[in-house]
Amino acid sequence: MALDSKVPEGPIKDKWTTYKDNINLVNPANKRHIDIIVVGTGLAGGSAAATLAELGYNVKAFAYQDSPRRAHSIAAQGGINAAKNYMGDGDSNYRLFYDTVKGGDYRSREANVYRLAEVSGNIIDQCVAQGVPFARDYGGLLDNRSFGGVLVSRTFYAKGQTGQQLLLGAYSAMNRQIARGKIEMFNRHEMLDVVKVDGKARGIIARNLITGEIERHSAHAVVIATGGYGNVYFLSTNAMGSNATAAWKIHKKGAYFANPCFTQIHPTCIPRSGDYQSKLTLMSESLRNDGRIWVPAKLEDAKAIQQGKLKPTDIAEEDRDYYLERRYPAFGNLVPRDVASRAAKERCDAGYGVNGTGEAVYLDFASAFVRYGKEQAKIHGIKNASDAEIKKLGQGIIESKYGNLFQMYEKIIAENPYETPMMIYPATHYTMGGVWVDYNLMTTVEGLYCIGEANFSDHGANRLGASALMQGLADGYFVLPYTIGDYLSNDIRTGKISTETKEFDEVEKEVRDRIEFFINNEGTKSVDHFHKRLGKVMWDKVGMSRNAKDLTEAMAEIKAIREEFWKEVKVPGTANEMNVELEKAGRVADFLELGELFAKDALERNESCGGHFREESVELDGEQKGEAKRNDKDYAFVSAWEYKGEPADAVLHKEELEFKDIELKQRSYK
Amino acid sequence: MSGILNSSIGRKIAMALSALFLIFFLIIHLAVNITSVFSADLFNELSHFMGTNPLVQFALQPVLVFGVIFHFVLGFVLEVRNRKAVGNISYKKNNGAANSSWMSRNMIYSGLAILAFIVLHFIDFWVPEINHKYIEVLPEDPTRYFGELQHKFVPIWRVIAYVVAFVFLSLHLMHGFTSSLQSMGVASSRKKFFKNFGLAYSIIIPLGFVIVALFHHFNH
Amino acid sequence: MDLTLKIWRQKDSQDKGQMVDYKVTDISEHMSFLEMMDVLNEQLVNTGEEPVAFDHDCREGICGMCSLYINGEAHGPDRGITTCQLHMRMFNDGDTITIEPWRAAAFPVIKDLIVDRMAFERIQQAGGYISVNTSGNTQDANSLPISKHAADEAMDAATCIGCGACVASCKNSSAMLFVGAKVSQYALLPQGQVEAADRVKNMVAQMDLEGFGNCTNTGACEVECPKGISLENIARMNREFMSANIKG
Repeated sequence: MALDSKVPEGPIKDKWTTYKDNINLVNPANKRHIDIIVVGTGLAGGSAAATLAELGYNVKAFAYQDSPRRAHSIAAQGGINAAKNYMGDGDSNYRLFYDTVKGGDYRSREANVYRLAEVSGNIIDQCVAQGVPFARDYGGLLDNRSFGGVLVSRTFYAKGQTGQQLLLGAYSAMNRQIARGKIEMFNRHEMLDVVKVDGKARGIIARNLITGEIERHSAHAVVIATGGYGNVYFLSTNAMGSNATAAWKIHKKGAYFANPCFTQIHPTCIPRSGDYQSKLTLMSESLRNDGRIWVPAKLEDAKAIQQGKLKPTDIAEEDRDYYLERRYPAFGNLVPRDVASRAAKERCDAGYGVNGTGEAVYLDFASAFVRYGKEQAKIHGIKNASDAEIKKLGQGIIESKYGNLFQMYEKIIAENPYETPMMIYPATHYTMGGVWVDYNLMTTVEGLYCIGEANFSDHGANRLGASALMQGLADGYFVLPYTIGDYLSNDIRTGKISTETKEFDEVEKEVRDRIEFFINNEGTKSVDHFHKRLGKVMWDKVGMSRNAKDLTEAMAEIKAIREEFWKEVKVPGTANEMNVELEKAGRVADFLELGELFAKDALERNESCGGHFREESVELDGEQKGEAKRNDKDYAFVSAWEYKGEPADAVLHKEELEFKDIELKQRSYK
Repeated sequence: MSGILNSSIGRKIAMALSALFLIFFLIIHLAVNITSVFSADLFNELSHFMGTNPLVQFALQPVLVFGVIFHFVLGFVLEVRNRKAVGNISYKKNNGAANSSWMSRNMIYSGLAILAFIVLHFIDFWVPEINHKYIEVLPEDPTRYFGELQHKFVPIWRVIAYVVAFVFLSLHLMHGFTSSLQSMGVASSRKKFFKNFGLAYSIIIPLGFVIVALFHHFNH
Repeated sequence: MDLTLKIWRQKDSQDKGQMVDYKVTDISEHMSFLEMMDVLNEQLVNTGEEPVAFDHDCREGICGMCSLYINGEAHGPDRGITTCQLHMRMFNDGDTITIEPWRAAAFPVIKDLIVDRMAFERIQQAGGYISVNTSGNTQDANSLPISKHAADEAMDAATCIGCGACVASCKNSSAMLFVGAKVSQYALLPQGQVEAADRVKNMVAQMDLEGFGNCTNTGACEVECPKGISLENIARMNREFMSANIKG
């Protein structure tokens, strides 16, 4: 099947408006007879479910947690971008569009990104109307901060809990519709497969996680909003339950999977401390606004720190290497995430890492304390303030900005980050890749939509900070409600979809067989055992820096782990009860397939772009020597993979990317 | 307004209002009692006024009795409801001291101690009063009160019972005073003042009653 | 360190349930409490026993899933954190740790340490929102200035993660801190004023219907709340409730 992105004709600035003016609408009386299933209730799914219900559709929403409010969107800390230009620093829709495409290393679809920038302002208006308590300045107007990879301040925030507040906003909108009966909420339910009738998505099979019951749910359209697949690395900043099962299951039923190798390794996470580690904790990128990143300039100092003989505060200013400021003077500590992560890895691989494992760098706020302290002393008219007073005043400001993050750090590491620099290291955070969708956010299966992090669309090969929240809410509040209406306008005469059909029978049987297999398999090893092994292969060979040899090996190793998994996995308990191990087994089984496709995609894309860094593709000389080298001639396309049984047999379809409104340039942050 | 007592917050406010009323009453009561330490005549005069003034006898006294009964009954109702809300299974290990004061967790017990005291107090003073005035209808004697008071505090057991009861009252007030204000929605900006004021009140008022009892025990 | 764990095991909501003793060894002080539970569960799976079921998800203190009553306190002995942020350095070698689910009639146990918190959902559905549709035609966000003080206070109330530690810690199983926080967030913002009276009445009515107890101001909830939600929110809810009822 040839890929058709269905991008409307016309100048980029008018595409979305023209599109909205010309689509088919469903009249309110007919909406009452149309059902939509939304799987996942984070920012994208929650906002979509609420909006679709407001419009009058009957929505069935599914979440594996006990409440939509617990989706992992809640953990997003830093902020949400919008081209409001409230700061008057020259921001515009075009500039946000430009920054996002450039930040994504020119591997995203122009029309989608422009639309995203266009609706970004509406998101802020909408959220304020819902009562989201964004940070404000003393005049009562909204405050902004800046994020990596851009030269303007366009990030709206609510302390270090922006994701939480935005999700609670969407959740409150959902609650209103649940109370009205327009959303039927299925908490503690997991979608285990999609059901197609005549080629169209018409329902799902879900498992009630409390009783173990297998349920059939039908609808006229199905929306997947289940987030990313970062947990393929076992250790990531994702929640423990975050999984790719819904996305992978629809892939197996015909939805193409795009750019799986585009994964973001976030530079500012708390380093791991031991083998028992179950997850990694992110420290918001916003910290890079005020923190300076460094490692010792001398190898012997680094060694002494690793052995615990020296403390960071013992290192003199001239013996510190502020390597981001040194390498990227224009953006300094605010380079995009992929660049910052690789730079940290480069220093640590060279032996300059600063904790026991040698895998950490410092994020130091000492100079911010002084800078803010002096400012405060002036504001409060304190003359001849001592250094200690200035530091204290400055710490007060940092505390008001990032207090919860500092507290979180102290609880995990047991060191006071107000007194000693934080230690950070990159960790898997976000997946730009995902299910392929067209301009309408529809997958290659008719009536099957994919929104938010679960789809591939807007961030190209690297996502800029504070853009994930923007995309999730844009998809759910402002894009999908229009595009899905255009599709559903053909379904007004369809009537209720029956679940008593052979299509439902077949899929339910597949689901039941798989559960039976896990329960009855007489294996010897726990699910986590396999997940950890998969994660290690992914991190070592498909991590921040990749090469053909490692990737080829990774594919073989993942396949071997998968085969062993199906022989040796052990799941205690039964199918007809709450069974956490059974849930995990299903998810890991899917990760074991996805991981291999991930490596295959990384192997196929022999260029370095964004979060995907191929050692074979670097600049060899000039000012950019050693930096990633993109290859626009051969790789300016989206890789969309079609499922053909084994992941290794997946077939590649290319969506060529056209850049009409932005000139393709080397991404330079020097 | 209807059904306000059917809501948890409504009950909470009713509890607080009755508490504040009783807190106010305690001040009046102590003000009268404390005069007995300085002047038998003044005490007699005030007691006689309280005992014979129709407004006090037939308007304020019933209100007070109602206030006391209301506060107790609602307290028990809340206790029963709260136990139901907790459910059948309680924690095997619960460290209440880690997050709340003993007083706040045991209002029902300090309250029961106070109830027991009130029963004794009624038998000691109120029943003979009613008997004197309305049942046997003995002749009015405006100077009898001081002597009766002194006489009551001769036995040491009664003095001890009174002192113990007032310790419980103090504990009850230590939580109850600020709690009633919190229930009334007093804003946090004034909390510090009320906290200190409440603590001072919870110590000074019961201490005053104790001093009166001890004074008369040792000076008759 | 080596530890003895006394854990509540209950097969399902119908089962009676009981405390069961387990031993774990070689626990690192740098582990989080839930990573220690992972070690126990790995051990149980390997011996063919059913692992202990407990709610958890983000493991960074924000989703509000984790909900263990550890040694007699919600989220354990540390302050200002959720169970997933509790670290084993708070315990000593040889300790016995008692682990129980939240206890409240309105939070029935689903399995082992997992409780059903749907009551919180229904309270939010009763009025925890501002009735505004998604349209893209709302007024510009900056056309409504809000004092920084009010916005910050609303934010402090809005940081509630809905974990239920307030109910679990309360000797009366009262949910007033949770409800007070939500009522406060909207009461402090001008957007919330239009529906303020109905909101507080409806949410309080639902709270009572769910069978939560009456607040007696012990303050335990505030102490145990992982997000430091202040008792002031309960006082504010009381004021809102009174004024809503006086206005009729």
